[in-house]
Amino acid sequence: MSEETKHTHQIVGPKVYVIILFALLIGTALTVWASFIELGPWNPVIALAIATGKAVLVVLFFMQVKYSSKLTKLTVGAGIFTLLALISMTLSDYISRAWGRW
Amino acid sequence: MPDSSAIDHGAVTTAGDAHAEHPSYQRHHFETVEQQADASAFAMWLFLLTEVMFFGGLFTAYLIYRNWYYPAFVSASHQLNVVWGTLNTVVLILSSFTMAMGVWCAETRRRRGLVLCLTLTMTLGLVFLGIKTVEYKEKIEKHHVPGQHYSLQSFLDPAHDEAALAAGDKPLALDMARHTEIYFSLYFAMTGMHALHMIIGIGILAFMIFRARAGAYTGGHVTFVENFGFYWHFVDLVWIYLFALLYLISRHQ
Repeated sequence: MSEETKHTHQIVGPKVYVIILFALLIGTALTVWASFIELGPWNPVIALAIATGKAVLVVLFFMQVKYSSKLTKLTVGAGIFTLLALISMTLSDYISRAWGRW
Repeated sequence: MPDSSAIDHGAVTTAGDAHAEHPSYQRHHFETVEQQADASAFAMWLFLLTEVMFFGGLFTAYLIYRNWYYPAFVSASHQLNVVWGTLNTVVLILSSFTMAMGVWCAETRRRRGLVLCLTLTMTLGLVFLGIKTVEYKEKIEKHHVPGQHYSLQSFLDPAHDEAALAAGDKPLALDMARHTEIYFSLYFAMTGMHALHMIIGIGILAFMIFRARAGAYTGGHVTFVENFGFYWHFVDLVWIYLFALLYLISRHQ
């Protein structure tokens, strides 16, 4: 086991968790507020961007990926990449074939 | 043979003093506690990725159907109550926080703190399900549950529907109005599967509270609490996206 991959179990303290809690609550308030403003096609974009921002905070800090081993980081990254690849391939199939002819 | 095994296992040479070399919770097929912790975190993430793929499929279906039957999905989405949705999001974020604090309590060997955190997490989980019940009840009363008793009333005649009127919905043509049933099928499939995960989580929390009171997780072996924390945060994560996609993105138009 090389030095970089060595698992050092770091304990994340309450201070970090409180900061993340408030960031998530602010994100929630922000996304609800933004949903009541007329932004046309940007409404869903902003809602999903804020949701993704909140998701990143949850994964990195609550789920401790930021403090985890390289193996865990790679696993999470590979999973997200696979999910996005599957979604975009499915969508490209729908868009390029029978779009509008259902 | 005895010679080679002594070389293989390094410091742990005889069965008699094996447990003196490492904590009792370290399984013998792991070299170190760290390796064991790494392996279990890896396994937990692989399980969560199967869950990500499962919910990912539902999200993709929602995305495609929403683009196909856009007016139906917008009108149907207006039937959801943003206040309940927001409240539930806050409740779930708070429960994720108390769960994270619970993991910290386990890691720093605070037995009473852990029991308190787990109890709070379970309570907030139950509050979430309670609010969800209120929302489901409303859907049942308005006949918005897909199936034989599904009613198109709110979408054909929005002028006589409080939620549709507030959103300024225009009446939909019959064939488009019928597609609102797809929205509610996906709504119940996604929030239902999410709620099922919550129910399972609450069951495990009850078990953990019972065990934590006896000091099960505050003796240095925190894997179970940590892995459950991952699960609970993942359920929170799914809801963050469900809230945005089901409740928020169709407020206008």
